[in-house]
Amino acid sequence: MQLSREELIRAYRDMVTIRRFEERVQEEFSKGGIPGFVHLYAGEEASAVGVCTHLGPKDYIASTHRGHGHSIAKGCDVVGMMCELYGRQSGLCGGKGGSMHIADLDVGMLGANGIVGGGPPLVVGAALTAKTLGTGTVAVCFSGDGASNQGTTFEALNMAVVLKLPAIFVFENNQYGEGTGVAYAVGSGDIAGRARGFGLPAVKVDGDDFFAVHEAAREAIERARTGGGPSAIEVDTCRFYGHHSGDAQLYRGKDEVKNLRDQRDCLQHFRRRVDEAKLLDMDALDAVDAEIAALIERAVVTARAAPVPPESALLTDVYASY
Amino acid sequence: MPQKSIRQALNEALAQEMRRDPRIIVIGEDVAGGAGSEGQRDAYGGVLGVTKGLFGEFGESRVIDTPITESAIMGAAAGAAVTGLRPVAELMFSDFFGVCFDQIFNQAAKFRYMFGGKATTPLVIRTMIGAGRSAAAQHSQSPYGIFTSVPGLKCVVPSNAYDAKGLLISAIRDDDPVIFCEHKLMYDLRAEVPDEPYTIPFGEANIVRDGDDVTIVALARMVHYAAEAAEALAKEGIEIELIDPRTTSPLDEDTILESVERTGRLVIVDEATPRCSFATDIAALVADRAFAALKAPIRRVTAPHTPVPFSPSLEKLYIPSPEKIAAAVREVYGYAK
Repeated sequence: MQLSREELIRAYRDMVTIRRFEERVQEEFSKGGIPGFVHLYAGEEASAVGVCTHLGPKDYIASTHRGHGHSIAKGCDVVGMMCELYGRQSGLCGGKGGSMHIADLDVGMLGANGIVGGGPPLVVGAALTAKTLGTGTVAVCFSGDGASNQGTTFEALNMAVVLKLPAIFVFENNQYGEGTGVAYAVGSGDIAGRARGFGLPAVKVDGDDFFAVHEAAREAIERARTGGGPSAIEVDTCRFYGHHSGDAQLYRGKDEVKNLRDQRDCLQHFRRRVDEAKLLDMDALDAVDAEIAALIERAVVTARAAPVPPESALLTDVYASY
Repeated sequence: MPQKSIRQALNEALAQEMRRDPRIIVIGEDVAGGAGSEGQRDAYGGVLGVTKGLFGEFGESRVIDTPITESAIMGAAAGAAVTGLRPVAELMFSDFFGVCFDQIFNQAAKFRYMFGGKATTPLVIRTMIGAGRSAAAQHSQSPYGIFTSVPGLKCVVPSNAYDAKGLLISAIRDDDPVIFCEHKLMYDLRAEVPDEPYTIPFGEANIVRDGDDVTIVALARMVHYAAEAAEALAKEGIEIELIDPRTTSPLDEDTILESVERTGRLVIVDEATPRCSFATDIAALVADRAFAALKAPIRRVTAPHTPVPFSPSLEKLYIPSPEKIAAAVREVYGYAK
C-alpha cells in the first residue's frame, strides 16, 4: 500500500520520538534522575509504529514491560510519559505506575505490564468488548518472545479463535527473554507457527523494515475490523540495550550490539528507503529530528521541575468507591 | 567468623547442599542465564546473582534455565519433588505467584493431605519480596501472608545472613513445600556466617533484643527498622523486646506469648498490607491467648491497604518507618498511665 507524504512523515516522527525518548531515558536513568527499573525499546521502533499507524484512539493496545515505544506509537503524551518515569504528579498515571505500568486509557493504551504474558488475555477482553458492543474497533496485544512461552498466551490465542474476536497478537521477537536466547527458550523457534497451530493466520516479518510491518499489520487489522477474526504477527527485531537499563549484557556476543546498530537500525533503513524511492527529501526528515530533539528536551525539563505527588495520593484510587 | 552478605550466604547454602545430595536441582528463569546466546553462559546467576557460579560447578542438568513460564516452572518443580528430586525453584519476584499459584496452592501444598499421607513434596520456592526500590505495583509486594494462609505450605522470611543460610539449608532438607522469601533490598546486608553447613529449625523465633516494656514482632527488613526504633526508645527509657519469628509457618507462638505475658504491650511491624495478614494473625493470636496480660491495645504498623506506589515520595510513606514504629510504641507504652 502506498503511503502519503504525511503518513510517511508521521511514521518517521513517531519512530524518531521513540528512539530519542529511549536514548534520553537511558542517559537520565544512568545519572540517577529516574527511579526504579526501565526497559528500553530502542531498535524495535518499526514494530510499534508499523502496527499503531493503522489504529485510532478507540482501538486498544496492551503492552509489555518494554512499553515506552508502544505508548508513544499509540499517541500517549510524551511529556506526560516522562513525568511518569520521574514519578511526578503530572505523570500519565499520577506518578503511581512508573515505567512498567505506564498507561493512558483515553488514547487506547491499556498499559505496559510488569507480568510477562499479562497482556494477551486482557486483549481478548478488549476485543470481546469491541465485538459485543459492535464498535468496529480492534485490540492489539504486543508481547515479546518471552511471553510466547507463557500459558496465558496460549489460552488467549485459543480463546480469541474460539470467540472469533477482533484481536491481533504481535510477538516482538527481539532474540532474548531477559538474558536467555530465543534459540534456547522458544521450543520450535517459530512463534508464528505456534499461533497457526491455534488457528490464527500468522506471518513473520522483518522488524527492521517499517514497510513490511506496516503491510502485515494492515492486512491483519483489516481482517479483524471486517469480522475475519484474530491474527498473529511475529516481528523479527532486536533491542539495542539490555533487558533493563543497567544490564551488563554478558550474554551478548562480542560486537553484537555494534553490529545490530550498524546493520539492523530500522530508522536508517527507513531513511534509506524513502530517499532511494524519492518519497521524501532528507531535509524534511532532518526537520523532524530537530523538532523531536526539542520535544524530548522539553519533556525532561518539565519532568525535573514537576512536583511529586501529594501525600494524600498514597491512599486514593484503590477503589472507585469503598 | 567470616562476614558474608545474604547473597553469599544463600549461594553457599545452595552449593553445599547440592554437593551433599545429587537430587537437589536449581530451576528457574536466568538462574544461570546466557543459554541460546553467543555471549557468556552463567551471565546472570539469577537476576540478583544469588545462584552465580552454581552452573559452573553443577552443570546444566542441575542448574536449569527455563523459559519465562512460571506455571511450568512451579508445576515441574512440584512434580519432580513428589517423584524423587529435591528442587529449589526460583520465582524471581514473589508478585509472579499470580501467574502460577495453582501449581503451588492447589497442587504442591495439597498433595500429602489429598493423597492420604502417601506423598512427600520436598520443594523449595525461593522468591523476592519487598518494596523500596521503586519497582512499582507488580514487583514490590510481600505476599508471605498469603503463603502462610495455605495449609501444607511452610513459609520462611529471614532478616539476616546467618539466618538466611541456616534456614535455607533447613528448607532444602525439609520434606514439605517451603516458600523462602528474600527481601530485594537486603542481599548485601552482612553478618557473621560460619563456613560449614548448619540448620536453623523452623518455628523457632529469634529474640533480637531483650526488654520488659513493649514487645515488637517484625519480619525481614522491618526487624532492622524496629531495632533502630528500639535504640531511640531506649534513650527515652522504654525497653523493647524485639522478636523475629523467622518463619511464619510454622510460627513460634510460645515465644511471642511468653514475651507479651511479661511486657503486656505488643506492636507488630509488617511491610505487607494490613488485611488478613501476618500482622493481623499475630494480633489475633495474642488477643486470643494472652488477653489478660494486655495492658494496652495491640498496635499494628503496616503498609496501607493499597498497591505499592511507584513514585519514591509515595513509596517512602507506604513502608513502615522507624519513626512510625517508635510512635506506636510510645502510644502503647503511655496507654492509661
